[in-house]
Amino acid sequence: MMNKLIFGRYIPGDSVIHHMDPRAKLLLSFYFIGIIFIANNWLTYLLLFAFTFLAITLSGVKWSFFINGVKPLIWLILFTVVLQILFSASGGHVYWHWGIITISQLGLINGAYIFCRFVLIIFMSTLLTLTTPPLELSDAIEYILMPLKAVHFPVYEVALMLSIALRFVPTLMDETEKIMNAQRARGVDFGEGNIFQQMRAVVPLLIPLFVSSFNRAEDLATAMEARGYQGGEGRSKFRILKWHARDSWATVSFAVLTAALIFLRA
Amino acid sequence: MSPIIDVEHLNYRYPQQPADELTLRDVSFSIAAGEWVAIVGHNGSGKSTLAKNINGLLAPASGTITVDGQVLAEDTVWDIRRKIGMVFQNPDNQFVGATVADDVAFGLENQGVSREEMLTRVPAALKQVNMQDFATREPARLSGGQKQRVALAGMIAARPQILILDEATSMLDPRGREEVLATIRQMKAASDLTVLSITHDIDEAASANRILVVNDGQLKEEGTPAEIFKHGEDLIKMGLDMPYAERLKAALKRQNVQVPATYLTEKGMADWLWQLRSNK
Repeated sequence: MMNKLIFGRYIPGDSVIHHMDPRAKLLLSFYFIGIIFIANNWLTYLLLFAFTFLAITLSGVKWSFFINGVKPLIWLILFTVVLQILFSASGGHVYWHWGIITISQLGLINGAYIFCRFVLIIFMSTLLTLTTPPLELSDAIEYILMPLKAVHFPVYEVALMLSIALRFVPTLMDETEKIMNAQRARGVDFGEGNIFQQMRAVVPLLIPLFVSSFNRAEDLATAMEARGYQGGEGRSKFRILKWHARDSWATVSFAVLTAALIFLRA
Repeated sequence: MSPIIDVEHLNYRYPQQPADELTLRDVSFSIAAGEWVAIVGHNGSGKSTLAKNINGLLAPASGTITVDGQVLAEDTVWDIRRKIGMVFQNPDNQFVGATVADDVAFGLENQGVSREEMLTRVPAALKQVNMQDFATREPARLSGGQKQRVALAGMIAARPQILILDEATSMLDPRGREEVLATIRQMKAASDLTVLSITHDIDEAASANRILVVNDGQLKEEGTPAEIFKHGEDLIKMGLDMPYAERLKAALKRQNVQVPATYLTEKGMADWLWQLRSNK
């Protein structure tokens, strides 16, 4: 159950998007979030949607995954949209007015735009996490953080920490499951009773998990030292990232998209 | 042959222990290159502490440790660790890499081995432990025995002269244990590896050329497996699980059957059993 929550996100595949350099994917996803704010009319939003749909089609990932990505956030989105409709600066034809609450033509249009922005951002970031294994993402983050070495930020250590953390997620999940079963056998009810009872039920789960995590950490540190780990400096790298032509093409297509957006915006 | 590991008058005390209490007391022994030595003893007898002293994971209170001609000290510890590969008890807690290939490469990355070199050494090492089809797998999808074999592949790739197994098979099921032991035997046959295995497992101890018995921080006894296994039921006191043939012998002895005093393997025991009545 918990496995699906976090780790079910990466969908292995063989598409162009899957094979892209994770640095390109990460940076372009962030860039996309930036250029969404250039759009300010129907045509530009339509263009952004077309672009997103093209990217999703290229990835070969099923549509349902993207719809599911929006679902948990739908209330937050609707709440924001409603606020936008009711309280934003009024303009155009006013349909309804009461105190500070106004429903106007402009407000409705703004609300629709905000909804589009949310959906676009969620689709694109879902595309990133669905097509990139967590390990590659951590490699990409290491690379992007590299300039921080100039201010003595321990980039290698942070990257190793990130990769070890990712590697231990399934191990700790298994362990949690085991401890839960062991505590259930002793009569602890998980997920029952009021909120305080539920919180109290978590304590006999967290304490053994903490203790065992510290033991694991100590064992792992010993094993790393025995294998000659002396910190990040002077290490060579086994896993490297390769920038391919397709990554350059993706960058170019984003540049073209930006130009088109600027040209078409009102 | 000159010894590859030489331990002289080693004393060790954990920082939290009182001054007059030692975990290791005056331990001395030496191991020749290419030898397979098993260290047996109870839980808490100090055998793991001994192993961690040899590659400098713990610093002795007094005594000298010489590995391949180098005396263990602060400035030689990293050189010595390169010569020693160490496999620990818990398969999960020594798996550093996010995938099998990454974990095998971890030790090489630490040594600053070039990527080209790693790309040949890592697959070769995985092939030797028969894990080549799992190179991109994540540790969560491997069995305990497979994880320990990956750990061994990490050792093969780093090419140490000495392999220390700190109860490396104790958390595995019988099949995983057999796979790991077979891999170690094969590694030993492929190169002139010195193996030091800390174990409760009688099969692992029986694979050794020599057994050291540690009790209460002291070296109590040493001898060939045949010599040590003669102790029969006393083996349990030494921290070993008694072999099946020895348990059978002890049971026969209680039934007043004349049993040979020498150690018998299971096959030897069977041979002796079926001749037992016909000789009379």
